[in-house]
Amino acid sequence: MQGPDISIGPQAPGAPDTDLAIETIGLVKRFGETRAVDGIDLAVRCGTVYGLLGPNGAGKTTTIRVLATLLRPDAGIARVLGHDVAREPEAVRARIGLTGQFASLDEDLTGRENLVLLGRLNGLGWRGARARADELLAAFDLEHAADRRVRTYSGGMRRRLDIAASLIVTPELLFLDEPTTGLDPRSRNQVWDIVRAIAAEGTTVLLTTQYLEEADRLADRLAVIDHGRVIAEGTSSDLKASVGGNVLHLRLQASGRRDEAAALLRQALGSEVHDGADAFSLTAGVPDDARLGEALSALARAGIGVSELSLGRPTLDEVFFALTGEHAPAPAEDDVMKEVTA
Amino acid sequence: MSSIHSVLSTTRRPAAPGAVSACLTLGWRAVLKIKHVPFQLVDVTAFPILNTLGFTLFFGGAIAGSPREYIQFLLPGVLVQAIVFITVYTGVGLNTDIEKGVFDRFRSLPIWQAAPIVGALLGDVLRYSIAILVTLALGFVLGFRPEAGVPGVLMAVALLLLFAFAVSWIFILAGLMVETPESVMTASFLILFPLTFASSNFVDPATMPGWLQAFVAVNPITHLADASRGLMHGNPAAGSIAWVLVDSAAILAVFGPLSMRMYRKER
Repeated sequence: MQGPDISIGPQAPGAPDTDLAIETIGLVKRFGETRAVDGIDLAVRCGTVYGLLGPNGAGKTTTIRVLATLLRPDAGIARVLGHDVAREPEAVRARIGLTGQFASLDEDLTGRENLVLLGRLNGLGWRGARARADELLAAFDLEHAADRRVRTYSGGMRRRLDIAASLIVTPELLFLDEPTTGLDPRSRNQVWDIVRAIAAEGTTVLLTTQYLEEADRLADRLAVIDHGRVIAEGTSSDLKASVGGNVLHLRLQASGRRDEAAALLRQALGSEVHDGADAFSLTAGVPDDARLGEALSALARAGIGVSELSLGRPTLDEVFFALTGEHAPAPAEDDVMKEVTA
Repeated sequence: MSSIHSVLSTTRRPAAPGAVSACLTLGWRAVLKIKHVPFQLVDVTAFPILNTLGFTLFFGGAIAGSPREYIQFLLPGVLVQAIVFITVYTGVGLNTDIEKGVFDRFRSLPIWQAAPIVGALLGDVLRYSIAILVTLALGFVLGFRPEAGVPGVLMAVALLLLFAFAVSWIFILAGLMVETPESVMTASFLILFPLTFASSNFVDPATMPGWLQAFVAVNPITHLADASRGLMHGNPAAGSIAWVLVDSAAILAVFGPLSMRMYRKER
C-alpha cells in the first residue's frame, strides 16, 4: 500500500479486522420474496484482488451494491475498510470507487467533461479537476477522444473511461462489476492490464465476473456464488484441488461408441465421466493417476481409437460444474455485439 | 498501461465538496447538456412560439376583436403553459440518469445526496429563462405591451419561476417512480394538457359552462395566470398572488419530502 494518506495493515492492535478490506457475516438482501443475497460470508484482505464468480442472477451485483452503500442490507454485518456500511455509509463512500455493470457515464457529455465533473464532485477544485482529467485521459489512452461525446465511444472506450472515473481519487477499495462483460478480446485484455496495474499500486479490488478465465487470471482469491450463497471459497488452485485429482480429456476417432467408452472409463477409473463439447469428446475425473494406464488399455482392448488425449488440472469451468451441476455461462459472441452497438 | 501506475500513485483524497459546490457543479452539467444537445431548447421554445403565433393570429380576432387586443390577455397565459410543461423535463432527465446508471455513480460519491436533483433544477432555471425571454420577445413583436413595464414583468417572471420550482417536484417524484423517461412524458401530458386549458390561460372563464368554471376557479394554473397577468398589466390581484404562494408551498410541502424519500429508497 502506497501513498501517505492511506494507512492500513496490522499496525492497529486490538482491532482484529484492520487487514480486511471487506468483511461480511451472514449478509442478507431481500427483494420482496426473493433472497438475492442469502447469508454471504466474505473476508477480503487489503491489497488483494478478490473475485466473485457466478452465473447471472447469482447475487454478485447485489452483494457489490450493498458493499458500495447503494443498497441497505436486511440482515447480517457488512464492514468495508472497517466501517459498517449501514451505519457509516458516508465513511465508506469516501474511500471506495465503483464501476457498475453498465458504464455509468453521462453520454451527452464528452469524456473530458465527465472526468472534470466527477473530479469536482470528489472535492477537487476546477483547476485540479481539469489537470486530473488530462492525466487520466492520457493514462487510459483516451486523449484522441477526450472532446467527443461519450455517446460516440466504443464499448471498450466507455469501459476504460468508466474505470478512469473511479480512479480520480485513488480509492482504497475498487468495486468492478463485470468489468469485461460484452467487450471484445482486445478490450478485455486492456481492462485486465488496468486491473493488474491498479492492484499493483495497492488498491484492493473486488470484481464480479461470469468468466472463469477472468477470475483465474486476475483474482488472488475467489468466492463462487450461486443462488445468493457462497458455495466455494479459496484460491483458484484450492478450488481446482477441491474437485480432486486431475482431469482427462479424450477425443475419440469415431463418435458412435462414445457411450461404450464412457462406461469403460467409469469402470477403470472409478470416477465421473461426462460427455464433452462435441460427439467425439469425453471428460473424466482421475482420482488416481496410477489407474490411467489400465483405463487406456481397456479402450484399446475394446478397439476404440483415441485421436487426442490430455491430462491436466481441472479448469474453473469444471470446478463450477462440479459445485453447481451446471456449466458456467460462456461469453457469448452476440453479447459482445450488443455492447459495441448499444 | 505503465502510465496508470504513475496516475494512481499521485493523488491524495481532497476534502469532500460542500453542498453548494456540488449543486453548482451539477448545475454546470445541466448547462453542458444544453450546449451539447441544443435540440432541448428547440423543444422548450418551439411550443410557446407556436402557441403565441397560433392563438394570436388564428383566434385573436374571433376571441378579442383583434390579434393585438387578444395578445395582451394571452401572453401571460402562454408563459404559464410553457413553464409548466418544462417542469416535466426535470423528471424526464432524472429518470434517464437513473436508467443509465449515472445516479449509481453520484450516489456512491461523498456528496450531499440531494445535490443531483438540485443541480438539475438549477439547469432548468436556464431553460425557463430562455423560454420566457423568447416568448416575451415574440409577444413584443406581435404587439404585447405590458402596462406595468419591466418591473411588472420581472415580478411576474419571479412568480412563474417560483411556481415552476414547486411543480418540478411533482415530476421529480414521477421520474423516480416510473420505469422509462417516455412514461414520464406521457403521464405528464395527460395531466397537464387539460389542466392548462381548463384555466384562465387562454380565455375568460366566464364564457365556460358553469360546472367547468367551478373547477377553473380552484385550478392553480388559473391562480398563476391571473396573478402574472395582473402583475404585467399593473393591476395586481392580491388574492391570486396569495393563492400562487399557497399553491407552491403546498405542492413543495407534499412532493418535496415524498421525492426525497423515494430518492433515498434503493433501486
